[in-house]
Amino acid sequence: MATEHLPAPRLSAEDVRHIATLCRIGMTDEEVERMREELALIIGEVRVIQGVDTTGVEPTGHSVEGIHTVWRDDVARPAMSVSDTLANAPRREGDYIRVQAVME
Amino acid sequence: MGVSGSRGHCYTWRVMTEYEPVIGLEVHAQIRTRSKMFCGCPADYHDAPPNSHVCPVCLALPGSLPVINREAVRAVIMTGLALRATIAEHTKFDRKNYTYPDLMKGYQISQYDLPICTGGYLEFDLDGQTKRVGITRVHLEEDVAKLFHRIDPATGEPYSLVDVNRSGVPLMEMVGEPDIRSAEEARQYLMKYRAILQFLGVSEGNMEEGNFRCDANVSIRPKGSREYGTKVEVKNMNSFRAVYRALQFELERQARLLDGGKRVAQETRGWVEERGETVSMRSKEHAHDYRYFPEPDLPPLHISRAWVSEIAERTPELPDEKRARYVTHYGLSAYDAAMLTLAPATARFFEGVLEAGGDGRAAAIAKPAANWIITEFGRLLNDTRTQIEESNVKPAHLAELIGLIEQNVIGTAQAKTAFEEMFRSGKTAKAVVDELGLRQITDSGALADSVRQAIAQYPQAVDDFRKGKDAASKFLVGQVMKLTKGKANPTVVAQVVKEQLEALR
Repeated sequence: MATEHLPAPRLSAEDVRHIATLCRIGMTDEEVERMREELALIIGEVRVIQGVDTTGVEPTGHSVEGIHTVWRDDVARPAMSVSDTLANAPRREGDYIRVQAVME
Repeated sequence: MGVSGSRGHCYTWRVMTEYEPVIGLEVHAQIRTRSKMFCGCPADYHDAPPNSHVCPVCLALPGSLPVINREAVRAVIMTGLALRATIAEHTKFDRKNYTYPDLMKGYQISQYDLPICTGGYLEFDLDGQTKRVGITRVHLEEDVAKLFHRIDPATGEPYSLVDVNRSGVPLMEMVGEPDIRSAEEARQYLMKYRAILQFLGVSEGNMEEGNFRCDANVSIRPKGSREYGTKVEVKNMNSFRAVYRALQFELERQARLLDGGKRVAQETRGWVEERGETVSMRSKEHAHDYRYFPEPDLPPLHISRAWVSEIAERTPELPDEKRARYVTHYGLSAYDAAMLTLAPATARFFEGVLEAGGDGRAAAIAKPAANWIITEFGRLLNDTRTQIEESNVKPAHLAELIGLIEQNVIGTAQAKTAFEEMFRSGKTAKAVVDELGLRQITDSGALADSVRQAIAQYPQAVDDFRKGKDAASKFLVGQVMKLTKGKANPTVVAQVVKEQLEALR
């Protein structure tokens, strides 16, 4: 397979920290090291796809062939009860969900 | 320049003469649909208690799937057509990934490389000239939850409250080309875009209420330069006035930096209304790493040309079309026509007056109707901060008042008094005229006494008239008007004055 000729993917500690920041996940140095290896393996799997010969295949934005333009009429339906909505909230204040402040 | 007050003026001038502003706007408008973009929750959350318009799709509960609201797509196509944009045959949705508490899913469903509309332009008038600004794209996405930032009084720690009602409301983003060259142009462009959306009925366009929002990319470059300067993104402008002030401030700030040999930093700045300035928002340099990818939960959309034609045929009259029609059909001035087409409610009122005026009378009452709406009515609405559609005065009331003036039942001065009372009480013109006794005196017999009284009071005027001074009779007409508290019909008074003077000759 063509993938065998691709260089093994490598992630720097900086790449991992960048992704962690985007996901707002705090990581220790050891965790970053572990993720460098584990993420590289996952990306390696994705690379298999890059080896597929796609000559003559139309590009698509979706994996399901032949399905398009699925939509609905503009009809409003009753929403969930507020108590159901808030049932899974880690913390609430009145009818609001209370979360830690995230400052940009 | 030591005086700080004059420094602002100096820089306004410098921005205009030494530098060329380059401004591009991104405008988000909520689309007026009954249900949300991807689920059946009611989209109108105006008076809804927090978190009451929410479902598993809004909350991104496992297993929930989005389904596209066709009406929202239709609204974007209609807007694109009004902007002369190209409507895509194939379009799709993409995930814009970022982690913030206003996003339940951890991504916003938006459009990346295949937006519904591309290209097009928007035109507006400024200083008697038509300015054209290019449109880059218009795409469809979903609004995010509303956050309220608080400080815990016990610990002093900041926290946020989340209201998910707004999450999933259809949102149309229009990205304009950086063709705008001043803060005033930006304001005019934005007002024109809002008018188009309002006339199409696709958005409320209310900046104060947050259903019409605008961000600006601002840079300046030395006049004549072809390269762009470093651009700054300005956010948090919550009114048309704020847009003007924020851009004016930002342009001057950048001119000062460049004049001082400094560089403009590429950053996001927020407009702080109370301070009248833009301030840097600490923004991480990789904050814009959104890792877009095609939304796997939504199959692509094919937009048939037949549907586009159908939408085009059903597009309501646009403000520019209305304005042109008012000038050609009703003989209104360009200014009056422009004023009446700033907002659909004003145009609706105007057309309502013409309709109430009766068959074949539209052209005759168009000019007085326009005058009343723009001047007296406009002033009273402004003074009382009332929306025209919520006013006590209805189109039929104004049509009736115009009719009374036309038939000489009341004079101009009385009409103003009558209108103020109509505005206050909501009563019809006829009722107000009778109640306040504003009817004009047109009976020459009834006016004869007043004329005799004026002549007796001013013998000098009679002498002057004998010597051939025409002004003397005009003076006497004025006196009679005073005696009758303005209620006499001036034409009839002039006639009676002339008759009596001739008799004395």
